[in-house]
Amino acid sequence: MINNIMKSIFLKSVFLIFIIQSIGFGQTKNMVYIEGNRYLPLYGRDSTVVEVRDFEMDIFPVTNAEYVDFVKKYPKWQKSKSIKLFVDNSYLTNWKNDLELKDSEQPNSPVTYVSWFAAKDYCECQGKRLPTVDEWEYVAMADEITKDARVKPSYNQQILTWYETPRSNKNAIGMNSKNAWGVYDLHGLVWEWTLDFNSVLITGESRKDGDKDANLFCGSASINATDLMNYAAFMRYAIRGGLKAKYSMKNLGFRCVKDIKN
Amino acid sequence: MMCLLSSCFDKQEKIIENAADISVGSYEMMAELTSPPNVPTPVGKRRAKKLIVKMEILEKESEMTDGVTYVYWTFGGTVPGSFIRTRVGDEVEFHLQNHPDNKLPHNIDLHAVTGPGGGAESSFVVPGHEKVFSFKTLNPGLYVYHCATAPVGMHIANGMYGLILVEPEGGLPIVDKEYYIMQGDFYTKGANGERGLQPFDMQKAVDEKADYVVFNGKVGALTGDNAITANVGETVRLFVGNGGPGLVSSFHVIGEIFDKVNIEGGDLINENVQTTLIPAGGAAIIEFRVDVPGSYILVDHSIFRAFNKGALGVLNVVGEEDKKIYSGEIRDDIYLPEGPGIQSMPTTNEIAASEIPAKSFEEQMEFGKQTYMQTCFACHQADGQGVPNAFPPLAKSDYLNADVDRAISAVVNGLTGEITVNGKKYNSVMTRQMLSSDEVANVMTYVYNSWGNSKKVVTKAMVDKVKSKK
Repeated sequence: MINNIMKSIFLKSVFLIFIIQSIGFGQTKNMVYIEGNRYLPLYGRDSTVVEVRDFEMDIFPVTNAEYVDFVKKYPKWQKSKSIKLFVDNSYLTNWKNDLELKDSEQPNSPVTYVSWFAAKDYCECQGKRLPTVDEWEYVAMADEITKDARVKPSYNQQILTWYETPRSNKNAIGMNSKNAWGVYDLHGLVWEWTLDFNSVLITGESRKDGDKDANLFCGSASINATDLMNYAAFMRYAIRGGLKAKYSMKNLGFRCVKDIKN
Repeated sequence: MMCLLSSCFDKQEKIIENAADISVGSYEMMAELTSPPNVPTPVGKRRAKKLIVKMEILEKESEMTDGVTYVYWTFGGTVPGSFIRTRVGDEVEFHLQNHPDNKLPHNIDLHAVTGPGGGAESSFVVPGHEKVFSFKTLNPGLYVYHCATAPVGMHIANGMYGLILVEPEGGLPIVDKEYYIMQGDFYTKGANGERGLQPFDMQKAVDEKADYVVFNGKVGALTGDNAITANVGETVRLFVGNGGPGLVSSFHVIGEIFDKVNIEGGDLINENVQTTLIPAGGAAIIEFRVDVPGSYILVDHSIFRAFNKGALGVLNVVGEEDKKIYSGEIRDDIYLPEGPGIQSMPTTNEIAASEIPAKSFEEQMEFGKQTYMQTCFACHQADGQGVPNAFPPLAKSDYLNADVDRAISAVVNGLTGEITVNGKKYNSVMTRQMLSSDEVANVMTYVYNSWGNSKKVVTKAMVDKVKSKK
């Protein structure tokens, strides 16, 4: 009962956000406008300043329900029809059959157990694409009020706490508060695929990586990075470094972005 | 004839000088893995084989001490991880399985591996996957393994370490009892004893200010019902490791002298050792014969860690007493030194800050038990039985039940000098305890309502009254 009320309040507020935002910026439904900038990522790309152009990002991760619609429309991504080159054995393993989730799964939970190939195709079929690591990290460094909250201990502690909590992917989307850009769930729900997830070479031997990329640390030091800040980012790069494009995981979902056409 | 053959065979094998040349042929077996404090069966005379190890990584919430939980990251579901027992020349086929419910990628660096990263590079595995790699055990000894995924310190601090033993050909000499013990330091957001699920505190870990220093992953993993045991006359072998991540262990067993220690887990043997140093990421094999019955306390002799942070275990030895080796107390004479006898613990005003008062008798009992296990247990013991001739019993205690204000006073002001409890004389010192009035009321209510005592309920007001008399 309470659950239902919560849901309806939640849906209404989501609906309101859509209306306000669509009126305000005239942008794509369920997406939010991200104003690009130059910034220094924590780790990767030689830690030089990178430039992110303006783009739009999905407010929420793609849900189970949305993915059900997708496979209905594009049968080649159904569990039994998918090509084994593009998915591993655990692809949609939490589904009953080609078109239905198991009873234990919620329609408004983020879709997981999807490969990079599947996620990439999903976005392209919507006229969108996967975000790059730089884009994803750029939006994800915001907390609720600041667009770059990385030096705040509270921001880092919150992220680290999530990294430590098992089984958070059972939650529905939108339960965490939105960040300063108006985007939900970048932290606190599931890991997310990025277009170039494997562009930072992590060998699996983290100590060696530290050595190899010594200048990365100097880079972070120059923006006064705390240990906490490094650690949170480290963990994201570690998980990305462990993935292959056909892998699917219980804690790994995705969202899409869209270029702004001038 | 049989005997002759086998000794010939032994000699033949010993000619092989380079362990890398020991052939495993087509012999294959599944490794027996055990959770602490148990160890697998000794290798004995078995030949070198292909040894298949299947190790599952589990991230799970579990108890740190009474009322406090922590999210541990584990090899095999325990801290320390499962014990792996091999012999020189084995070819270990290692399967590292990352459970799908886990959130993070992990790997394993075994100090017994010869090769870059100790296996870390080949075993980096995301949740829901399994990595397989293989290595040959070349050097005998006791080795630490641990996770080496970024951030390495955090993975170790959350419990990702264990021991792998490589026995020499023919095995270690057979002993009566073998146990697996590993020390680790933990860093929690709340201070030691603060209730609830405690997250990892990175800053404390960087500063190496541990809230808990424990054997086998939690306070009390080796005390009470979990104590390890031996019989008089038996030889005990302890495989002791130190996972760290931050602290070095001064491992000591109160009342025992180690007959033999394989220092740092290697070939060098030292004899007649009182305390052996175990580096973080290191281990030692310790052997001693137990001659006198009683309870032997295992500690990190950086002693505040033992009595205030949890690094305490118990070895219970049963059997016949031998008065020649240890007499027990012979006489109690009077000795009056100069100066005051009462010691007091430093006081702070922070004690009560985080306390939530108990709302019911049941909560008083629950919180009181937690305080008891953290503060009183070391001397008065789990069932209030005390320690003969040293610490008076609290169970069915006439002294306790006769005067509640006197009992409260002992806790809040300390107590020194001779007292008679249940007909036996004790002359010892109890320091005043650094507890809030609520905590004193809870712990005393717990004591009065346990072990056949008078079932009094002590309130905060009663404690405050005794405090104000001072």
